[in-house]
Amino acid sequence: MALIDLRDVSKSYRRDALEIPVLNGVTITVPAGDFMGLMGPSGSGKSTLLNLLAGIDRPTRGSIRVADTEISSLSERALAGWRARHIGFIFQLYNLIPVLTAFENVELPLLLTSLSKKQRRDHVMTALGIVGLGDREKHYPRQLSGGQEQRVAIARAIVTDPTLLLADEPTGDLDARSAGEVLTLLQRLNREYNKTIVMVTHDPHAAERAVHVLHLEKGTLVEQVESRA
Amino acid sequence: MGLVSGYNLRSMLVRKGTAAMTAMGIAMVVAVFVMTLAIAQGFRSTLVASGSTGNAIVLRKSATSETVSAVLKNQLPIIESMAQVARDGDGHPLASPELVVIISLPRISDGRPANVPLRGVGPRAYEVRDTLQIVEGRRFVPGTREINVGRQAVGRFRGLTFGSDVKFGGATWKVVGIFTADDASFESEVWGDVDLMMPAFQRGGYQSVTVKLSDPAAFSSFDVAMGADPRLDLKPQREREYYEGQSETTGTLIRVFATFVTAILSIGAMFGAMNTMYAAVAYRTREIGTLRALGFSRLRIVTAFLAESVALALIGGVIGCILALPVHGLSTGAMNMASFSELAFKFRITPGLLGGGLLFAAIMGGIGGLLPAIRAARIPVARALREI
Ligand SMILES: Nc1ncnc2c1ncn2[C@@H]1O[C@H](COP(=O)(O)OP(=O)(O)OP(=O)(O)O)[C@@H](O)[C@H]1O
Ligand SMILES: [Mg+2]
Repeated sequence: MALIDLRDVSKSYRRDALEIPVLNGVTITVPAGDFMGLMGPSGSGKSTLLNLLAGIDRPTRGSIRVADTEISSLSERALAGWRARHIGFIFQLYNLIPVLTAFENVELPLLLTSLSKKQRRDHVMTALGIVGLGDREKHYPRQLSGGQEQRVAIARAIVTDPTLLLADEPTGDLDARSAGEVLTLLQRLNREYNKTIVMVTHDPHAAERAVHVLHLEKGTLVEQVESRA
Repeated sequence: MGLVSGYNLRSMLVRKGTAAMTAMGIAMVVAVFVMTLAIAQGFRSTLVASGSTGNAIVLRKSATSETVSAVLKNQLPIIESMAQVARDGDGHPLASPELVVIISLPRISDGRPANVPLRGVGPRAYEVRDTLQIVEGRRFVPGTREINVGRQAVGRFRGLTFGSDVKFGGATWKVVGIFTADDASFESEVWGDVDLMMPAFQRGGYQSVTVKLSDPAAFSSFDVAMGADPRLDLKPQREREYYEGQSETTGTLIRVFATFVTAILSIGAMFGAMNTMYAAVAYRTREIGTLRALGFSRLRIVTAFLAESVALALIGGVIGCILALPVHGLSTGAMNMASFSELAFKFRITPGLLGGGLLFAAIMGGIGGLLPAIRAARIPVARALREI
């Protein structure tokens, strides 16, 4: 059973009177437990596709089913709740809140749940433990290295145990060593914790860590799925 | 809400400068608000302090204040004989027939003539008004041209000091005593024997009679008995209610003025808050996008930014209240519209007034923050995330 089922999805942006097509009839299925790499040149629509999967943006046409929910028809409010439960998002620039500590950043998505303070603490410490930063809970983002920041962001993405992890160039801003650590971490999440991951990347080395890789060019998939299982 | 206290408050502190400016703007408005209403409050409590719940003031039926009332001389013994009127140890009824006239005396502050209320009272006025206390000298002796002067009047008008001679009503009067009255309006008055005041000012009768009731609860039967007596076209009021009513005209005037001034000032402060919040929203667009991507709903974003704005305004409100506090207890004067004479009173800042100031601050913060908060919630997530 496919976890993600994208059918004939198109997306265009309107700039003034101009209609700018970004995605043209993209059809993708991703089985549960997959680690999918998504490659393509700049401006090819990778982030747009990821945002559609995350329910952050809406398609102009087509159907997007994630975990058996047709998310393109959810209301704005329902979509926010759905994101909180099902999606863990990892950003290129980490997007940690600078005024919050590592602990508080990871705790953010849990504020939307009914967990008690104590339960939240347990979840946060578990997530920070998984990314190897259990001792940095009191640090603010500016007191961490880029690689550590991204690992905190990953902890934040996994702390609610979401259905799907989405990463938009998670290593794009990191040096080779930190990038390697982050990729190893994602691989571990996929293999040990059986997390389904979709990762956008420019970097062929990063893409090698994925189980499958898709290529996007000018809004369309260009190659058959390569499998490297 | 964890998001509110942690995230928004700390974010606010990142931009200390603008936040401080906004808070100060609100603080100024709240300070003005509290101070002007402290005038209204002080004015009111000075008049209300004049009224005792155990006393009743008797006026002509249609009269709204003692200056437009009339009580005939031969009505006084009828009132005094009523069962509800308290008596002293010797069996004398505790009733004071009174007459208020206005005399003109130069103000100490600017030398200009001002209206000073002169109250002619009966021989047992000090027993009826038991908050009055002679603090210097002695009571005037009935039947003589002696007068007592309220503490506030001594300080505000020339020639009323202890021992001096004052000319009015075609005669010379001697100040033989100074009294206080728990900050009540009587402290702005000059008191003398009513039976000497009447001929001095060509009046044939009294304006009012104030009696001490044998029991505060006796008021209603007093009222009924007076209404039933065909010789009396008079009506009693509880003294406290009477003075509350007297404070209304001027009190309302001050309050309208206060509202007008603060309303104008608050517009500026609200725009200040709005500006600050718009800047905060613009500055944190990517953070807002991130929170939305994590699953925070629009409503939560609106609430969070509104709360931030209200919190900022409340900080300003607290500062404003602190700025206003020193005026508490300061003396000032105003024209009493009910008697057209000067009334001295003190600024009075009550806990309720401070609460009102804080509420006002919160409302300014809420209104100022509303549009920016809505903008924050409406930013499309995908676009917000593209922002650096
Ligand atoms: N909110 C938007 N409004 C208008 N145009 C947009 C918007 N988002 C994306 N686009 C346009 O859509 C196209 C694809 O953008 P997208 O971010 O998906 O590309 P990408 O493959 O992620 O590129 P990169 O590798 O540079 O991140 C670009 O031309 C971009 O300008
Ligand atoms: Mg992109």
